[in-house]
Amino acid sequence: MTIDHEQIRELIHPYVDGELDLLTARETEQHLRNCADCRGIENALRALRETVVNSQPAYRAPSRLRRNVRAALRREAKTTQKSFNPWLVFATGAASTLLILAAVLFQTTRASRNETIVDEVIANHVRSLLATHLVDVASSDQHTVKPWFDGKIDFAPDVRDLSNDGFPLIGGRLDYLDGKTAVALVYHRNKHPINVFIMPATANRDTSPSVVTRRGYNVLSWTHRDMRYWAVSDLNEAELRRFAEFLTQ
Amino acid sequence: MFRLTESPRLSEFERQVLPHLDAAYNLARFLMRNDQDAEDVVQEAALRAFRFFDSFRGENSRAWFLTIVRNTSFTALKRHHADESNVVFDEELHGEQSPPMDAGATLDRAQDKLTVRTAIEQLPSEFREAITLRELEGCSYKEIADIAGVPIGTIMSRLARARHQLQSILSKTYSEAK
Repeated sequence: MTIDHEQIRELIHPYVDGELDLLTARETEQHLRNCADCRGIENALRALRETVVNSQPAYRAPSRLRRNVRAALRREAKTTQKSFNPWLVFATGAASTLLILAAVLFQTTRASRNETIVDEVIANHVRSLLATHLVDVASSDQHTVKPWFDGKIDFAPDVRDLSNDGFPLIGGRLDYLDGKTAVALVYHRNKHPINVFIMPATANRDTSPSVVTRRGYNVLSWTHRDMRYWAVSDLNEAELRRFAEFLTQ
Repeated sequence: MFRLTESPRLSEFERQVLPHLDAAYNLARFLMRNDQDAEDVVQEAALRAFRFFDSFRGENSRAWFLTIVRNTSFTALKRHHADESNVVFDEELHGEQSPPMDAGATLDRAQDKLTVRTAIEQLPSEFREAITLRELEGCSYKEIADIAGVPIGTIMSRLARARHQLQSILSKTYSEAK
């Protein structure tokens, strides 16, 4: 296949800019060798670039600007640091310090535990996509997917197809989360896969979805009717939240 | 005794971003077309970049910073003169017919710099952006596409059209000067 005039007009800029792949570049080169018209365009383009580059038209930042930027950054850095005042911590006294310390410790353990689960959720999601082991039971029929879990787990997750809401059910599989067996349901949204992990909740209070974003993945977690949910996807947060609403309506 | 040393976040930011201040100013200067506005834009962009520094993933600090400079510039352009970016290029005046420039046509160096700068400034803002990033900053198509937030194909055709216009303006200027 050779390149004609129409194509060469399009290719000549990326050719001169070194943006073509090797094969196309070679074909363009060949065409240019045999076509005086196209060579004329190429030469004019090279001449233009030479004129522009040789005249060194680029502006350089004035030193005044450099100084102003650094000063503004320092001011900005100072105001963001003000919220931390070490003297305030001393002033609170030993008792409250201990109290704060205890609270902080408690929070960090809880937070880091939650962090680990989020990491696990993402790892499971990524693994399911890599190993082409997305589902053990492939079906968009909730009446096929739900019974498949019977006898494999000791809880009964709510399985429903959300095709009508734009999130078709792809299937389900068993997975592990936090050292326990979890149900994984797989949905699609415009080719973005969504993994939903479900397992019995440790606290029986419903919580509304909260999102954590890491490595480009959004992880939404919430509790609904004694079940803990984690939905993970590269889908944007708004759509994932909509999905969560449909799922636990 | 408790004096806090300079924020490590600030020194990391300065290390990553301040080396690109010339590129930032060059882009802002060609987009804004005057010194004062360009300086304001760069200063504002630097502060915004610092605030969003946590969202920087550490791959290409130049493209990242230039994106912010670019967006700040276009916001300022819209604020300053709402009709600016839609200057329709007069194809009649600068159309196909204009003779191609002689290779290496020059007047003299200082004059050339001014001529080329003025010629670039006559282009619509999207074309000024493409020319500045490609010819003066040596960005790849991919980088320009990321900075401008449009597909590579759009950059390819913008660049072709921008160069065509630039060529017409320059050859007109040079033939008048003869």
